[in-house]
Amino acid sequence: MIAAIRSLLRHRPLVESLVSRELKARYRGSVLGFLWSFVNPLLLLLTYTLVFTVILPNRQPDIQPFFLFLFCGILPWTWFQASLSESSGVLIASANLIKKVLFPAEVLPSVCVLANLAHFLLGLPILLLFLAWQGKLAWTAVLLPLPILVQLVLTLGLSLFLSALTVHFRDIQNILSHALHLWFFATPVIYSYAAIAEGTPLRRALRLNPMTHVIVTYQQMLFHGNVDHWRGLFLALLVGVLAFAAGAFLFDRLRDTLAEEV
Amino acid sequence: MTTPAIVAQGVVKRYRRFAHKNQLRTLKSALLTGSVLADLAPEETFTALEDVSFEVARGSTFAVIGENGSGKSTLLKLVAGITRPTRGSLAVDGRVSALIELGAGFHPEISGRENVAINAMMLGLTRKQLERSYDAIVDFAELRDFIDAPVKTYSSGMYMRLGFAVAIHVDPDVLLIDEVLAVGDEAFTRKCLDKISELRRRGKTILFVTHSLGLVEKMCDDVLWLNQGRTRGRGDPKRVVDEYLTYVAGGEEALLRSRSAADAAQAESAPATDAPEDAGAPGAYRPGRWGSREVEIRQVRLVDARDRERHVFVPGETLTLSLSVHAAAPVDDFVFGIGLFAADGTCVYGTNTDLEDWKPIRIEGEAEVRLSLEGLRLVEGTYLVDLAAHKRDGTPYDYLRGLHSFRVKSRIKDVGIYRPQHHWSFSGGAALDPPQERGEMELDGG
Repeated sequence: MIAAIRSLLRHRPLVESLVSRELKARYRGSVLGFLWSFVNPLLLLLTYTLVFTVILPNRQPDIQPFFLFLFCGILPWTWFQASLSESSGVLIASANLIKKVLFPAEVLPSVCVLANLAHFLLGLPILLLFLAWQGKLAWTAVLLPLPILVQLVLTLGLSLFLSALTVHFRDIQNILSHALHLWFFATPVIYSYAAIAEGTPLRRALRLNPMTHVIVTYQQMLFHGNVDHWRGLFLALLVGVLAFAAGAFLFDRLRDTLAEEV
Repeated sequence: MTTPAIVAQGVVKRYRRFAHKNQLRTLKSALLTGSVLADLAPEETFTALEDVSFEVARGSTFAVIGENGSGKSTLLKLVAGITRPTRGSLAVDGRVSALIELGAGFHPEISGRENVAINAMMLGLTRKQLERSYDAIVDFAELRDFIDAPVKTYSSGMYMRLGFAVAIHVDPDVLLIDEVLAVGDEAFTRKCLDKISELRRRGKTILFVTHSLGLVEKMCDDVLWLNQGRTRGRGDPKRVVDEYLTYVAGGEEALLRSRSAADAAQAESAPATDAPEDAGAPGAYRPGRWGSREVEIRQVRLVDARDRERHVFVPGETLTLSLSVHAAAPVDDFVFGIGLFAADGTCVYGTNTDLEDWKPIRIEGEAEVRLSLEGLRLVEGTYLVDLAAHKRDGTPYDYLRGLHSFRVKSRIKDVGIYRPQHHWSFSGGAALDPPQERGEMELDGG
């Protein structure tokens, strides 16, 4: 795990260039270009707002205006989900590179995570703008780096794990999209964690999900303006560190087989 | 030349043959021990390299030759560190740059400039080093006007030039080159070769994988010949290349022989028709040896004008066939003959001492027979040689059919078999640029 961190730090210029290439290449040729980083979350928000205010209106009093509550959860979730689904295929997509160039392969899934982090960070000002407009913006927003860090560690670990494993088991790519879908509903993004009664099996199940704690922290810092979910966030950090260690371990174990199997 | 740049000891490389069998078991062993391959049964693996050992001296140019599938590229990937040996050890001293595929990892949507930066960093350059060599890279690639255009708009030639330029400017201690020069146009290839020569002069270690034997003889200090993953030859380029060419010709021979063992046995017993001209029809040509051995051809050497043994010649050179013969008892009725055949069995030329009116008097004990073919006028190709000692009525003493071969290499890819000495001349309204003076390849290097 230490070795993985050191390798990533040593290749930081490469990671940086690849992330910036990823960002540039994604919107190259489109009319809106970089604006898509802002438009994408807005469109996503619009869809969910339509669903949950017109079709299935949510009237829970503590999470009104609901579209804003949604926004606080969906933005980080999009980062998480896009990172995992991209990194599961990234080694196979870069087979050419892995087979032909001596190249630290762990850079590739990391770039997926970091590029999506960049998208998240670009979307964040829009969210803050909306919060300010609705008078919801609180001082707790300055604590945002904490859940971001926890999510980064967790996502990196899972990305390393999935990317290396998918090379050997291509089935993962297919399963993953469904698993992420389920995971989305098992995370309090479109509903409120607080509304689920203490002691119920559902609540207990949700508590096992590290993303629950990350998302709840975001919602508290951005939407509610009071943070008391520290224990949950700390647990999520522990899980994240474990996931990172496991991911780095697996990646290292499978490293020598990557060039042969992709 | 103190410590070697590359040391390989007993390198074995096995690949999984069936990629998706017993996956769960493999996963378990991968997780527990990290050795996916060691646990697989032999029938599930394919051995690409078996017990290969060699050293490459610092500053030398080393070539790996062999047929397709002999393990050359596998070896190169091992040296590059892209894959690891299943067993054995491989140590490389210094920074390695591998030209296995030019421009691997270029992203089509972004500019040449950014691709150069990313590619250089992937190959291990720091940002500072990149800044220093960036201009040299762009100039070498001759792409100054296009460097800000997306790479997807480049022609394949431009793409390769850029890829080569980056790889070569990484300033490696050890440069690995896998047949990449085979794809460029002539001007580009020449430029690359010049650059490689420059690196050689600067004392860099170069490892080539190539099918271009001319290049091997011209540029390399040392050659490793791989055959089905095993070391088949090693050492002086000229010797190893000659051995390799002999082997390649021999491969055809073995193929022909195995086609009909019965026919070969028949040929052994039946008195052969002696004159090689009779076997002129393609397909009727089967290598073998037969005869009573009253006069025995004990050794055959193909030598050049300086009496050095060779198997590769260029048109215009002198090829001498030197036969050591031995007659246990005195013989007074004997004829020596030779025949040259193209690889498809077409008779190119045949003659013997009787046809040319040499009258045999006596042969006894050791003797040497030499036939010099001055100014070899053949086009590029592999040629098989028949050598025979027989009676004037054709009864064979010792008939060696197609057991020796040589290869003619030429820059000019003219067709047919025979190349008459010729020159072009034009007059009147015809205007042509004469070819660039480049002469034939120097194979003897001396």
